[in-house]
Amino acid sequence: MVELDLTADLQQQVAQAYRTKTPLNICAGNTKAFYGRQATGQKLDVSGHSGILSYEPSELVLTARAGTPLTHIEAALSAHGQMLAFEPPHWGNAATIGGTLACNLSGPRRVYTGSARDFLLGCHVLNGQADLLHFGGEVMKNVAGYDAARLMAGAMGTLGVLLDVSLKVLPMPLHKLTLVQTGICAADALVKMNELAGKALPLSASAWVNGDLYLRFSGAASTIAAVKQNLAGDALAEDEAFWLAIRELQHGFFEGELPLWRIALPQVAVQPEVAGDWLIEWGGAQRWLRSDAPAELIRAQVAALGGHAAILHGGDRTGEIFQPLSAGVALLHQRLKLAFDPARILNPRRMYENL
Amino acid sequence: MFNYDPHPVASISKADLVTQLLALLPRDCVLFEAEDLGPYECDGLSAYRQLPWVTVLPHTVAQVQAVMRLCYQHQLPVVARGAGTGLSGGALPHPNGVLLSLAKLKSILSVDVLGRTARVQPGVRNLAISQAVAAHGLYYAPDPSSQIACTIGGNVAENSGGVHCLKYGLTVHNILQIKIVSVDGELLTIGSEAFDSAGYDLLALMTGSEGMLGVIVEITVRLLPVPEQAQVVLAAFDDVAQAATAVADIITAGIIPAGLEMMDKLAINAAEDYAHAGYPRDAEAILLCELDGMREDVADQIMRVQAILTRVGATEVRLAADEAARALLWKGRKSAFPAVGRLSPDYYCMDGTIPRRHLPVVLRRIAELSAQYGLAVANVFHAGDGNLHPLILYDANKEGELEQVEAFGGKILELCVEVGGSITGEHGVGMEKINQMCVQFDALALTQFHAIKYAFDPKGLLNPGKAVPTLHRCAEFGAMHVHRGQVPFPELERF
Repeated sequence: MVELDLTADLQQQVAQAYRTKTPLNICAGNTKAFYGRQATGQKLDVSGHSGILSYEPSELVLTARAGTPLTHIEAALSAHGQMLAFEPPHWGNAATIGGTLACNLSGPRRVYTGSARDFLLGCHVLNGQADLLHFGGEVMKNVAGYDAARLMAGAMGTLGVLLDVSLKVLPMPLHKLTLVQTGICAADALVKMNELAGKALPLSASAWVNGDLYLRFSGAASTIAAVKQNLAGDALAEDEAFWLAIRELQHGFFEGELPLWRIALPQVAVQPEVAGDWLIEWGGAQRWLRSDAPAELIRAQVAALGGHAAILHGGDRTGEIFQPLSAGVALLHQRLKLAFDPARILNPRRMYENL
Repeated sequence: MFNYDPHPVASISKADLVTQLLALLPRDCVLFEAEDLGPYECDGLSAYRQLPWVTVLPHTVAQVQAVMRLCYQHQLPVVARGAGTGLSGGALPHPNGVLLSLAKLKSILSVDVLGRTARVQPGVRNLAISQAVAAHGLYYAPDPSSQIACTIGGNVAENSGGVHCLKYGLTVHNILQIKIVSVDGELLTIGSEAFDSAGYDLLALMTGSEGMLGVIVEITVRLLPVPEQAQVVLAAFDDVAQAATAVADIITAGIIPAGLEMMDKLAINAAEDYAHAGYPRDAEAILLCELDGMREDVADQIMRVQAILTRVGATEVRLAADEAARALLWKGRKSAFPAVGRLSPDYYCMDGTIPRRHLPVVLRRIAELSAQYGLAVANVFHAGDGNLHPLILYDANKEGELEQVEAFGGKILELCVEVGGSITGEHGVGMEKINQMCVQFDALALTQFHAIKYAFDPKGLLNPGKAVPTLHRCAEFGAMHVHRGQVPFPELERF
């Protein structure tokens, strides 16, 4: 893999865009190009800015440039028996660590070990005035200054161009087991997932689809043996393939033409009363919906239950994709946007119309 | 010490302010006489003291909003305060400002056992949350050493840690939603009871913001199941470097201990005198390694940890045989601060983090500084996550000794930055480390912090003068201080 430091080049491009008030469309692997509102602006390609800058397995910390492919990072970690514990979705072979953090994407293990944002320790970014800024660091405990590093996670490039990220990594569990329980309704599945999560068990993923409940456990051989002996369910032979398909939105559920919604809810919230097909993950905290019900109905139902809804496929990408914010919180968003990007050149309107 | 003051003159007389506050709050919730204000003159960092102008103790969120609106109208500084256990002067009052105590907002509003969350008010004590849910086999994981007294609102404001951070994270990893009152009195919900929220991660930004961006009035915390079993191993070493190697080897072997603590010889002996925990007095360093989880997992990991400790060269490896023995080993560590306090009239607790591999060189440099300043240091270390607590021994009654301690402490923090670490792992910046912020962050980053502050608090009323230094302050400090041969703020005029 070619490893290049394009910091100066990227800084120059952002500075030029700031001078000329030219909107930029930050991209790298283009695997998340479909995510969020329609991208506009001049392309700022970060993909060449890549390479692992440091990796100390004994410190559990890895620092990589934003354009580094996820596959490259995962291979380097795997060689030392470690992993990105938020199990990031790739959504394509060219996925980079920068795009993953910018979207704060996490996979099946998320509610049991933490999100991409949780594992972010620090980053270098270019703000909208091309200032090179360093937030956080490479240590796990660091409360100096505002946590502007984690603010970048999920900001979709609207507050800064990520140049590199430092992440906490974790040992990869040696053994795993997925148990399947069949013929379970959504409501019962939610209760079972949460009852088990309330016990001292090494639960590492949960999903419910087509009336089947899938529970993954990860840990030492003796632990997994104890789980197998004590809990109901049949062992799933192809569990690797199953969780990969869920993570990558390649399970049969994700096929078809109906709009796809990603719905975040409190884990034990009841199912929203929206007609459609559901796939439940994360103990109920992430639910996928295939439905052509009106967006307003879905958003109102989900908000009433304390959650929020985003449309991933099949919506109008010039309209709002993410849940509208309350007036006071929306105002803080606009002020923060101006604090980082006064000329509004970084991925404008990619997240919300007015950011 | 407290020489930065953007609000030197109040826009209203104290008598008028008190009258207006009494229209909003019951009589006993407004304190304005010097003898009533005394208890609020400092937080856990008692070296810094300042009587507030007025202290208010609202009972309800609506009262907090009303107080904020009034202060906003008169442009009065507001310093929010929880239990006042903070160690960085973050709750040091403002001489012309209102000290806003959240101590009376102390209800646990609801507990969701199945969903494993609790909705609490900011004045609820950290430990009280775990006690309230213990019957359900649940607990709240972050456990700062002050957990018996400190409150959850302060924990969020400081992003508090504890001894279990390596495995269970900081406050930011264990909360889902907060409600804040903004500087102009508006009630806002930040985060959500789902595991993420739409828009920017304002929850992360608010956590650890030291009362600079808003007043926290409600918190939804995550609860975890109590582990089936916990066991602790003590290991003694006759070389600090060996102990550091043992820590790295345990983690490289794929084991994440629930707690991994190191103490040096002075701390070991002080703790032994105080707690009689059975620590080996002749050791240069001891490690306490706690493993928790399912019974099978713990048994497996204890064996592997013992093997690693022996291989690295521990002079003694001791497994606590039962719960009483485990509690005793922890008692020594948990009483290390008061134990060290008995060695001298005063001690000053530092709080830096470093990448762990630099521990031997950092401890050597601290020893050199200790000799240079003529002040003894005991080292207590959250070894798993690189959080160092050097305790500097001194006598506040000796003329000029506190200033010497502050200078020495500053050097330790700068050393932490030099090896790639941070000036604070869990105590916050507050007033105490404001100068060292100029070492950890450059002018561009500090300018961005001020822009963030401006987005939330354009008039600079919330906890003014704390946490983020002005560039002028850094220029003054930088004039004395040259880091790696470079003047930190060459573009600024010197005074």
